[in-house]
Amino acid sequence: MSLIETHDLRRVYELDSGRVVALDHASLSIEKSDFIAVMGPSGSGKSTFMNLIGCLDKPTSGHYRLAGTAVESLDANGLARLRNREIGFVFQQFNLLPRIDALSNVELPMIYAGFDKKTRRDRALHALGRVGLAERAHHRPMQLSGGQQQRVAIARALVNSPSLLLADEPTGALDSRTAIEILALFQELNREGVTIVLVTHDADVGRHARRLIRFKDGKILDDHRQTPLDARDLLSAEVAA
Amino acid sequence: MTLIEAIRSALSAITANALRSLLTMLGIVIGVAAVIAMVAIGSGARNLVDQQIRSLGANLAIVTPGNVTQGGARLGAGASSTLTDEDADAIRREVDGVVAAAPFVQGTTQVIAGGNNWGTRIYAIDLDWFAAREWDVATGRSFDPEEVRRGDIVVILGQTVAKNLFGEDDPIDQVVRVRNVPFRVIGVMATKGQSAFGQDQDDVIFVPLDAGRRRVIGRNYAKDRSVGSIFVKFASEDDIEPGIESMTTLLRQRHRVIGDQEDDFSIRNLTEIANTASASANTLSMLLAAVAAVSLLVGGIGIMNIMLVSVTERTREIGLRLAVGARPRDILSQFLIEATTLSTIGGALGVGLGAGAAYLVARIAGWPSLISPNAVVLAVGFSALVGIFFGFYPAQRAAKLDPIEALRRD
Repeated sequence: MSLIETHDLRRVYELDSGRVVALDHASLSIEKSDFIAVMGPSGSGKSTFMNLIGCLDKPTSGHYRLAGTAVESLDANGLARLRNREIGFVFQQFNLLPRIDALSNVELPMIYAGFDKKTRRDRALHALGRVGLAERAHHRPMQLSGGQQQRVAIARALVNSPSLLLADEPTGALDSRTAIEILALFQELNREGVTIVLVTHDADVGRHARRLIRFKDGKILDDHRQTPLDARDLLSAEVAA
Repeated sequence: MTLIEAIRSALSAITANALRSLLTMLGIVIGVAAVIAMVAIGSGARNLVDQQIRSLGANLAIVTPGNVTQGGARLGAGASSTLTDEDADAIRREVDGVVAAAPFVQGTTQVIAGGNNWGTRIYAIDLDWFAAREWDVATGRSFDPEEVRRGDIVVILGQTVAKNLFGEDDPIDQVVRVRNVPFRVIGVMATKGQSAFGQDQDDVIFVPLDAGRRRVIGRNYAKDRSVGSIFVKFASEDDIEPGIESMTTLLRQRHRVIGDQEDDFSIRNLTEIANTASASANTLSMLLAAVAAVSLLVGGIGIMNIMLVSVTERTREIGLRLAVGARPRDILSQFLIEATTLSTIGGALGVGLGAGAAYLVARIAGWPSLISPNAVVLAVGFSALVGIFFGFYPAQRAAKLDPIEALRRD
């Protein structure tokens, strides 16, 4: 069974100016441990698609199963629980809470999962170690660089061991070198078995995924596997130069 | 997340905007301070009134001579002495619920003992006086019934008089001269303190009714058995009203006041006078309570306002929390706890301020003030409720946010 299965997924917005079909009959499946880039210009439906598979939104019609759960039948609490357990979000603007340190930020999803304080500390430290920031645990977001903040956000996304890492333009706010470092981290996590869906409008970023899905006008335009660029090569090439 | 963690996180959100939080709390602080001060001062005032009632003697009425019309001229109250000690006997005998009926005559006089002299009030009384006023001798003894019956020239001194005439010496069995009559001191009264009207109640001497009437206080008392006034003590407060009615009937009969003729005496319910004082203390309390209620309402609205601002400011935070798995009710409780923590801290500050104000009033007005633990618990609890009530709407707004919209907001 696939991790994600969508069948005729459709999302229609009723606006004052009329009906907008943001996503039309999207059917696909995503396997465990894959690395997928979702691409398309703005208005193509890729964000709507991401919101739907991220359980932030519910489809107007169609079916969606995530890790065996039929998402369309869940209420707000059920969606929250599924987001908490199965999905880790990484955003373009990091979305760290400014008042608390990196460790507490990483702990956040576990608070809603109901773990005790000690377990949260241990697991948050471990997750920070995985993204190479264990020694920055007590820095506040303002004291960290953009790349470091995004790593904290990735640690937060990983901390509940979700089935799916969902990244929305994760390199959009970073300079090109830091962006490559973050992509290298994604690829490393993917090699360790983490399933990643990365939404981007940047073709260079998309080339790091193993499978590329393109959206246009709310429809899947193109869906194919590719040989990914290895971000490590770019990094070492840069070092050599 | 445990409640303690939630409160700690709320505290960090509150201190992040310390000045704003403090200003927000101000309404609650003032409201609670008013409640605490109100209760403290109010119960202090009630205590004072109770004390005065007790010092006067509880369940007391006083019968005084009324006005008399002589040839068309209406003379003022007390112009003639229409009351007699036989009236007192009749009241004691015939009116239900009467515990004591104490006829007395009062005047002012100079008292001389050796080289000292002292001006004071003199009361000529019978034995019922002590029961009516709930007042007894501290040293020596009271009058015996025979002394009262015969009108012996013995005297009981108030504390102030004893101190001024004899200093530290024992006045018992000494002789004091009142209008050249040598009275033997047989006792000294217990200390009574100030009356409700600021009079030193211990600046007084007591002599048997007939001794006073015949030898000291002149006027026309001597010629018959008339007295100045009669204190009437009832068994309970409920006896007073019916008692006053039957006394009126009785005295009209005895004085042969008929038809629509005016009473030649008047009866006042002294407990009622004290109750009036108590009622005005209550009015003050009600006023303060109104101030407190308005202030708490305004404070609550302030909290609602600032929580709405906070929800708007932290829309992205709410979106993120929802994205990482917070249920709407987690968001609801987060903001409710924040509002409640804010208002409860305000309440605690208000308790401190109110206690300080009550203490100041107590010091300046010489008014006993009592800070009751109940009022403190109630005030803090109530301010927590204000937080929950006025925090609910903003918290609900936060909980109803759509995560996608919230994440997109700047």
